[in-house]
Amino acid sequence: MKRHLLEAADLDRDDATLVLDTAAQIEQALAGREVKKLPTLRGRTVVNLFYEDSTRTRISFELAAKRLSADVINFSAKGSSVSKGESLKDTALTLEAMGADGVVVRHSASGAPHRLASWVKGSVVNAGDGTHEHPTQALLDAYTIRHRLGRLEGVRVTIVGDVLHSRVARSNVRLLHTLGAEVTLVAPPTLLPVGVGSWPAEVGYDLDAVLPKSDVVMMLRVQGERMNASFFPSAREYSRRYGLDARRMAALPDDAIVMHPGPMNRGMEIAAEVADSVRSTIVEQVANGVSTRMAVLYLLLGGSPQ
Amino acid sequence: MARTPQPALLSAADVARVVDRIAHQLIERAATAADGLPQLVLVGIPTRGAPLARRLAARIEAFSGVSVDVGTVDITLYRDDLRLRGVRALESTVLPDGGIDDRLVVLVDDVLFSGRSVRAALDALRDLGRPQAVQLAVLVDRGHRELPIRADYVGKNVPTSRSQQVRVHLAEIDGTDEVLVEEGAR
Repeated sequence: MKRHLLEAADLDRDDATLVLDTAAQIEQALAGREVKKLPTLRGRTVVNLFYEDSTRTRISFELAAKRLSADVINFSAKGSSVSKGESLKDTALTLEAMGADGVVVRHSASGAPHRLASWVKGSVVNAGDGTHEHPTQALLDAYTIRHRLGRLEGVRVTIVGDVLHSRVARSNVRLLHTLGAEVTLVAPPTLLPVGVGSWPAEVGYDLDAVLPKSDVVMMLRVQGERMNASFFPSAREYSRRYGLDARRMAALPDDAIVMHPGPMNRGMEIAAEVADSVRSTIVEQVANGVSTRMAVLYLLLGGSPQ
Repeated sequence: MARTPQPALLSAADVARVVDRIAHQLIERAATAADGLPQLVLVGIPTRGAPLARRLAARIEAFSGVSVDVGTVDITLYRDDLRLRGVRALESTVLPDGGIDDRLVVLVDDVLFSGRSVRAALDALRDLGRPQAVQLAVLVDRGHRELPIRADYVGKNVPTSRSQQVRVHLAEIDGTDEVLVEEGAR
């Protein structure tokens, strides 16, 4: 494994499989235990550096580090020296001086974790950078698919929605392709990035045509905070053409699953009855996130510092 | 470094005999406990402790007719040498239904050397429950302990030098049963 996890492309097939296997073993080892804690990272310090709001990712990383007995420092841009104008580099050097072994970073600027990785000695884990990548989300999604369907090779995954702004989609396309799944992207043409043709994925515009041939449907959040142009005429029209409701869900093959990285806009990209159905893995994804992130932290920080 | 081939320390027949003997010892010792055999749990330390634990359970059942619970505990996440030797893939941890609380746990491993694996396994057990007692069974004790740990059941005591390596091969993993001593540290 590389020292940092900055994007899904940092993982080749063997590395990605190692992370998923490790996560599975950790989940098995902790299942049903009263003491859900392992001493593996005792004495290591993990800094959660969050420049963007996040609930589940930050808590998930915090829990993962704590379950491995690492010391966790949470840093959010609000209420820190960032609001006094401190640059990312100075913040990074401050953390470096305090001896952080691992830095988990979320930033609104694509590429911020890459810059950070060149400034600090510890391992950097990208927890979402702008519209670029979110590799641990892709890992936990792959873990969830493998857990539910028993395999990844040849699994048909359809990713629906705002691909343009979605770091989740970008990381998933690359990771799932690495692991042998077949990915199809479905979105309005305005919400597909330039150059999507070169991605290792099929592209379609008609959700109803793709659903019967999908083992997994991954709904993306319509990112209100990034909807600064007229990407689609109205929320209702988006919902009608690209939202997953019970009628559409019925068109899926029998064992197909419905995923969503959260937070959901119920009634927009996903109907409440779909989100709460047995096909939905949304809550499972959150639980799997902790095991997957424990695996990542163990593999990056457990050994000797290079 | 070139390794000098040596005749096997234990042949397949020796391994089978040793497993049988430890099985008998376990029956004797555990049978003196108030509730008899069923409270015994054999917990193998992966990789090769796991098949050894299963073999012991099979032999105990063959000799005494009592079926004994078997589990495995992966100790990787409890090791104290991760920083020195780097991370490695994990193996499975499986405990019998009902766990290990108030039971007699016998840890099973292939080679007892520094004692650090056993210490890690004891730490892991502490997080998994509270056994009534913990004992240790090993196929080979090669000495050079670095911790105050000893085995309760030993297949064979082998005086070795630190530069030697003891290799245990088991049919379930390596296709054949034998124990070899090789020159040359790894």
